[in-house]
Amino acid sequence: MTDQLKKILLGEQGLVVIFVVAFALVSALVPNFLTDRNMLGLLQSVVTVGIVACTMMFCLAARDFDLSVGSIVAFAGMVAVMASNYTGSILLGLLAAIACGAFVGFINGVVIAKFRINALITTLATMQIVRGFALIASDGRAVGINSPDFYQLALSKLLGIPTPVWVLAILFCIFGFVLNRTVFGKNTLAIGGNPEASRLAGVNVDRTRIWIFALQGVVCGIAGILLASRITSGQPNAAVGLELSVISACVLGGVSLAGGRATMSGVIVGVLIMGIAENAMNLLNIPAFYQYIVRGVILLLAVLLDNLRSSALGRR
Amino acid sequence: MSFLDFSHITKTYPGVKALSDVSFGVDKGAVHGLMGENGAGKSTLIKILSGDQHADQGEIRIDGRVQAYTSTRDAFDNGVIVIHQELQLVPELTVAENLSLGRFPANVGIIAGRRMLGDVGAKLKSAGIDIDMRRKVKTLSIGERQMVEIAKAVMLDARVIALDEPTSSLSSRESEILFALINRLRGEGKVIIYVSHRLDEVFRLCDSLTVLRDGKLAAHHASLKGVTRDQVVAEMVGREISDIWGFRARKTGDVRLKVDALSGSKLQTPASFEARAGEIVGFFGLIGAGRSELMRLVYGADPRSGGTITVDGKLVRATDPRGTIRAGIVLCSEDRKHDGIIQGRSVEENINISSRRHHTRFGVLNRASEIATAETFIKKLKVRTPSRKQDIINLSGGNQQKVILGRWLSEQGVRVLIVDEPTRGIDVGAKSEIYELLYQLAQDGMAIVVVSSELPEVMGICDRILVMCGGRVSAELTRDQFAERAILAAALPDQKTPDAIAS
Repeated sequence: MTDQLKKILLGEQGLVVIFVVAFALVSALVPNFLTDRNMLGLLQSVVTVGIVACTMMFCLAARDFDLSVGSIVAFAGMVAVMASNYTGSILLGLLAAIACGAFVGFINGVVIAKFRINALITTLATMQIVRGFALIASDGRAVGINSPDFYQLALSKLLGIPTPVWVLAILFCIFGFVLNRTVFGKNTLAIGGNPEASRLAGVNVDRTRIWIFALQGVVCGIAGILLASRITSGQPNAAVGLELSVISACVLGGVSLAGGRATMSGVIVGVLIMGIAENAMNLLNIPAFYQYIVRGVILLLAVLLDNLRSSALGRR
Repeated sequence: MSFLDFSHITKTYPGVKALSDVSFGVDKGAVHGLMGENGAGKSTLIKILSGDQHADQGEIRIDGRVQAYTSTRDAFDNGVIVIHQELQLVPELTVAENLSLGRFPANVGIIAGRRMLGDVGAKLKSAGIDIDMRRKVKTLSIGERQMVEIAKAVMLDARVIALDEPTSSLSSRESEILFALINRLRGEGKVIIYVSHRLDEVFRLCDSLTVLRDGKLAAHHASLKGVTRDQVVAEMVGREISDIWGFRARKTGDVRLKVDALSGSKLQTPASFEARAGEIVGFFGLIGAGRSELMRLVYGADPRSGGTITVDGKLVRATDPRGTIRAGIVLCSEDRKHDGIIQGRSVEENINISSRRHHTRFGVLNRASEIATAETFIKKLKVRTPSRKQDIINLSGGNQQKVILGRWLSEQGVRVLIVDEPTRGIDVGAKSEIYELLYQLAQDGMAIVVVSSELPEVMGICDRILVMCGGRVSAELTRDQFAERAILAAALPDQKTPDAIAS
């Protein structure tokens, strides 16, 4: 009996099984959880983390790390709001935000890949620099949105589902495809598995790593725009600590910090588990202070499970 | 009853019977060879001896006492020490510190440096190991590290020492030092289990021999008198292999690869050589002679500071592996684990990593052709793997090597294949298969460069041998000029005479 349980939990689909069980338990035990309204709210609450997790997955899979995502999201949100206020064109504002995100990511990538500076240190530095830019640009205050059309990005719905959730779903699909079905995705995993062997096998390691960080920047730009639209302003202090939630979700989803192992389905499940835990705690009126503890415990359990799983695999 | 006794050892892994009812004994003061193809059960037996794994049935007795240890630490304390292929040293610590690790002589927690150096120095001297104790392990060559590892066993006064493929990464000179050390340990009455693929060494060194095949005892020779090599090979593979080299003469064509005055930071003296279509050129030399460094320069793995490379008369401008692969040069590296395989990824992905660019469109994989490529080369190279989806790390060394070869053969248009130590740590059966493949590829017109530290190997399979010594090419011999002494003489630095190792 316990052997069978072990097999299920430590197998390929162990995480999905845990997710399904957790979902069923929460649905049964927490009142108002399984309602249309709450489900949409839950999905909306994971949009930012989910979007950024798409590319963080690539980053971790290539044995890299990106701490600057929270700052880029805030900065991109500021840029989107200020640029569209200034030019009067929302489209220009959005493009400016994405370009800024891509630029920061590109710089991260070049410093890490070409100058061979540790990713943790590099992104720790850009995290602070970019947050500084966001604060300077707005003089530390929130900047309101002039055009009501901008709100519509977050408020509009298609087939009853909010646009940001659609964006999230589309990005999940795109990056799932990129990871499994493109040279870029396979090269990312190969680099994480063994960077030197990948280089000697003809993979352009530097360029792939730069692309990963640049894409991360683009995706942070998108997340920043949607976040600004939802909170109806550009907030220089938005998304503080986002990097840790995103990395937690990825690790929860079975992405190996040692590189070389990642699945999109795992990351989706990781993001949802985090969202469900938070949502359930809110419904149960658990004070925010306790929520930190629960989140930490969930992460620890996930890593322990992952450890058990890889040693089970290693023994085979 | 012998000093060390294995009796009825049986071990089953899920789906595989790794060992079944293996029994044999080894006397005190004997070097006992343990041979068998990869997967024959040698490693499992050694793991059981070292306490890393437990036998399902059967027992090990030392000096008549049943060893019931449950961990490697237990085995350690009982005087059983296993020296693995992957060495277990701390690179950032010095030799003396490594040898004292866990038992530092200390006064209230402060290491008594002088006492440590004294203790270690005395032991090293008595064992005849000549290494500067103050050097950090990371600055030592692989051969020197091996010595330190053996010194560790000496320091611990082991009763049973098992060596797993100890010479697989040693030069012949370093091997000689190792053999002298083993002979000394035998004289002191230790039991030495010597696991190796190299028949020469086993016949030279061992008093007795056990051959395993498919987890069963294939043969036990209490003495090697009258036992022939062919007989042992037959016992290992279960069939006769008359000539493992199976050399086949070929016609050679025009010059394919021309390397002219190539130099780099690790190869100061410019080196030049040529290889013709259909030719197998061997590079022999001691470890550190600059062979691998030269090949890495040719392949673009390390930046070159001068010289030119030409393939079929066309100058190769590329300075990285990406470019040289496209120019038709590929390399199977010496260090498979670090430079060859992509751990954690499947056999399929390891094969397709480079050649997939031929059938992708806009960076999107062509799944069907990836699967077909993988299946083709798994079949063609007889890679033993449960499926193409298997993580490469779970394959044996020989099969990993075949996957890397598959990676390059799936590249269309390879003109120059460089293989660095292609059969290191690979069993006899797989070796013959790899040689056969090299002949086939040469026959088809590839220029093949083989780097090897095994003299019989380069002499057995190459059309021409270049000998390197101290970073430069010191001799060049065609097949009719091959002579062991001449090659060794050219490989050794001036101050040494060939007799030192040829004897």
